[in-house]
Order: sequence, then C-alpha cells, then structure tokens
Amino acid sequence: MAARRRPIVEGWFTMPDGDESPALIGTRCSDSGTYFFPPERVMSRAPGHSDSTLTEVELSNRGRLWSYTDANYQPPEPYVPVTDPHVPFCIAAVELETEQMVVMGQVVDGVTVDDLEVGMEMELVLDVLNSTTDDDGEPVDLMVWKWKPVVAGGAS
Amino acid sequence: MSVEQVAVLGVGMHPWGKWGRNFVEYGVAAARDALSDAGVDWRDVGFVAGADTMRNGYPGYVAGATFAQALGWTGIPVTSAYGACASGAMALEAARQRILSGMCDVALVVGADTTPKGFLKPNAGERNDDPDWLRFRVLGATNPTYFALYARRRVDLYGATSEDFARVKVKNARHGLHNPYARFVKEVGIDDVLASPMVASPLRLLDICATSDGGAAVVLSSMDYARKHLSGDDSLVRVAAISTVTPTFPNSVIEMPNFATDSAAGLPVPDRTFKNAIGDAAYAQAGIGPEDVQVAEVYDLSTALELDWYEDLGFCAPGEAEGLLRDGVTEIGGRLPVNPSGGLACFGEAVPAQALAQVCEITWQLRGTAEGRQAGSPTVGITANQGLFGHGSSVILTR
Repeated sequence: MAARRRPIVEGWFTMPDGDESPALIGTRCSDSGTYFFPPERVMSRAPGHSDSTLTEVELSNRGRLWSYTDANYQPPEPYVPVTDPHVPFCIAAVELETEQMVVMGQVVDGVTVDDLEVGMEMELVLDVLNSTTDDDGEPVDLMVWKWKPVVAGGAS
Repeated sequence: MSVEQVAVLGVGMHPWGKWGRNFVEYGVAAARDALSDAGVDWRDVGFVAGADTMRNGYPGYVAGATFAQALGWTGIPVTSAYGACASGAMALEAARQRILSGMCDVALVVGADTTPKGFLKPNAGERNDDPDWLRFRVLGATNPTYFALYARRRVDLYGATSEDFARVKVKNARHGLHNPYARFVKEVGIDDVLASPMVASPLRLLDICATSDGGAAVVLSSMDYARKHLSGDDSLVRVAAISTVTPTFPNSVIEMPNFATDSAAGLPVPDRTFKNAIGDAAYAQAGIGPEDVQVAEVYDLSTALELDWYEDLGFCAPGEAEGLLRDGVTEIGGRLPVNPSGGLACFGEAVPAQALAQVCEITWQLRGTAEGRQAGSPTVGITANQGLFGHGSSVILTR
C-alpha cells in the first residue's frame, strides 16, 4: 500500500490527486495587487494597505530561473537526510512573471548545475521531501514543491 | 545633512580563532583593551551596550549586562542589541544616541561569540512558523546557498569567473598576513581556491568564510569629553555615520532566510536596492559620497559578496567590480583598499563582534597604526555589512 501523503507545511501548496498541476498557495492584497508567498494570513505587508483584504490565490506554476546553486554537503538539522551518503541536490530561485517575485525551491533529483542556466523555464512539481512514519506507525511521505526544468519538446 | 559626531576614544579586540572558551572571556579581553586604549577607567563609563549572541544561552541574549557584570557592576544603564551580523552596529548606535542626547559622556560597546564548527544552523526545536528553521527543513538552504545565488548572478550578468572570485581571497589573505587578530594567516593562491571543494556552486570552500570565536569593543565619547580627555588633540577618529536601515517594500532581491522575494506586482520597486540603501544612509549622515572614501571594510561572507559591495557602496558601477579588483584598486597600495584587515577571509565570522571589528580596523587605519597592513594615510573609511532578517549596517569614520 502506498504511503499516505502530507505536506511538509500546511497551506503553502496544493496537492491535487489526479493529473492536475500543483501550485504554490499565496495571498493577494486586494488594494495594491501585491502577492505574498508564504501566504500572509493576517494583514497585507504592503505599506499603506494594512486594511486591505487578503485573498488566497494559486501562484503561477511556471517561471524563469533567476539563479541556482547546489548543496554539495549535507545541510545541518533540521534538514532531514534522505540518502547516506549525501547526494548533492540543486536549489533554484525562480522568477514568476505575473506575481513579479522570486520563489526558491529544491530542484528535482537527477538535475545538476550543469543542466541549469539562468533564464530557462522551470515548472513546479510535487515530490517527496522525506519519508517517515506517522504517530500511528503508518508510513507517510512528507511532500514538498520542487522546481523542474521544462525540457524543450515536452519530454520529461 | 550631516549629523553631530562622536569620538572613537578606544578600540580593542580579542584574536579570532576556534578557542572553544566562554564568549564572555573574549568580550572582556576586548573591552579591557579598548578601555586601556582610550585611557578610560571602567568606573567612568556611563553606558554599556552589548551585541548579542544566539548560540551561548541566556548570557548571550543579555550580552550588555553579561559584560557589565563581568567587568564589575557599576550601576550604569545597559542595552543589548541583536541584528544578526549587524548587531555590533545596532549596539554602537545605541551608544552614540546616548551620548548625543547628552545622557552620558563615555560609552562602551562590546560584542563576542563562541561558534560551533561547520554551517551555522538554527537553534534546536520544531518551529514551523520560523523561516530560519523552515529554510533548512524544507529547502536544505544553508547560508552559502544564498551567497551562491548572488554569486551565480554575477557570473550570469557580468561574466564573472571563478578566478575573479578567487582573486578576492588571494588579496584578503595577503592583507591579513600580519594582522595579530586574524585567525587564518597564510598566503593563498588562485589555484588553492580553485582546488578547494565545491560547496555551493559556483562557490568553493575557500570562497566562503568560516565561523570563528572572537570579540571586539569600542569606547565612544562626546567630542567635548574627547577634547578635554586628550588635552585638546583634535586629530582623533570620529564617528560620522551609523546606518542601521531596513529594506523598503517591495524588496525584490531574495534575502536570507526568506523563501521568496516581495512581489513587485503591486507597489513600485524602490530605485535603490536594500544594499544600496545601507550605504546611502551612511553617506547622507556623513555628508560625503563614495568618491570620498579611502579605505573600506566590507562583509566578505563570500568572495563574490565582496565584489557586490564595491557596487552597492558606489565604488564602481554595476558589473565593474571584477575590473576594480583586477586593476589592484582595492588592494593595499591601491586607490581604495578594501578589507585591509584581511576581512572575513582571514577572520571567519564571529557574528556579534564582526561589525565592531570592522570599526576597530578602520580606526587603526585612520590613526595610521595598522601594523603590517597600513593602507596609506586615509582620513575617511567606511564599513558595511548586512544581517539576516533585514538588518543594514554601515559606519563611516573620519579623522
């Protein structure tokens, strides 16, 4: 039986079951049009718009690579190692056009810095951050968003 | 606009290293050196400000009182300031304000740290609402991750190379060779940097600063007190500016420890970036511009970040920092030596002490007493650094 899935942080991204694409969940300040990720729930941080309504929105799930790097050494706690020994992974900062903001995320496994180039198109996918067991002893996959290069021609 | 000045009466440091002792020891040693340098008795100090450390338990959160108690309670008012790497500047500003408001003549500012080995990491515990905890948990993003994102932008936008980055380390290693307070005193070649392991592409181990133990202290006083104390000697070093600015919304550059930038889809992005604004505020207070600066201590958390600072502080236009370095402008003997102390490359980072250590170095440079690393005869120097969670730090000293 497949492990149940749980988001690593509640309310930061959608976890559709079917073929639908996942998306980051942000909020938007109705006065100024500013977006927030992680979603602001209490008040708009746009100065002068503190009384504005915050509306939950799904952010664009594609953007352009603003910058990138990799983690060649295992990050310290509270990072949870997924392999022993550590396998380097990439981290991307992706610029969303509509929202005019840059959002970081890990890059999917198997991509190295040699595969990346500033300006390339990236899409948001869901992946397992790490697997563990729930309080009831059942296996659970903790899910996270990751960035994935959009390969020309649509192959994946 | 230029603001009223205060005097730097004395400075002191405890050598940086991995000593593994209580941070209070380093702070007290630095404070005693600074008081002795100033020729001021501790009992004549009217205010004490401490820069906090987050890694040494409760005494670190109340650093001002910790140092005051260790030096011997004298009943004076105290403050403790935390602004990550900018903590020292915040504590210094508290002391300056106390003096300028006429509430005291002499103030002591102290910062010290004992750091664990390896990557700086958040304190233990499960904190799903703390971005500094979450970035490690969700992204595996360390401090070098952010430094590397900026470095990659230089490569992409300006064609910076690994050799350019390595040249910063080579320069700073040479500067720090004879600095008695530096931890790493060894010549480094470009090949050494390029042969060091890749940590966060494009940054290698020798591009990234270590974490260290260390302590630094500064004694400030009113100009009146200083003139009397020094029998009319008017050539003393003065604080012309302290900038502790925060970002302006929307901040469109990704900042540690955030997951995202502010969105620019609503309000217009300010003309000047946050890092520009740190220097701008200092220049405005001092009533000078970048062209007046003759020596600088900037925060080289990574080699590439030192290059960013050249541009952020207006030493050159965006994209020209590598050229400035290659032309020797920023080495001792050049027109505008940067990090004559050896910088973080030779010191490693002792967070709450670092902004004060920068002030100590510029003070020595302006006095002309920086042994083995004197950068000409400067009369105007600037420091710059940035603490995570939106803390700017820049100090301008003149003589």
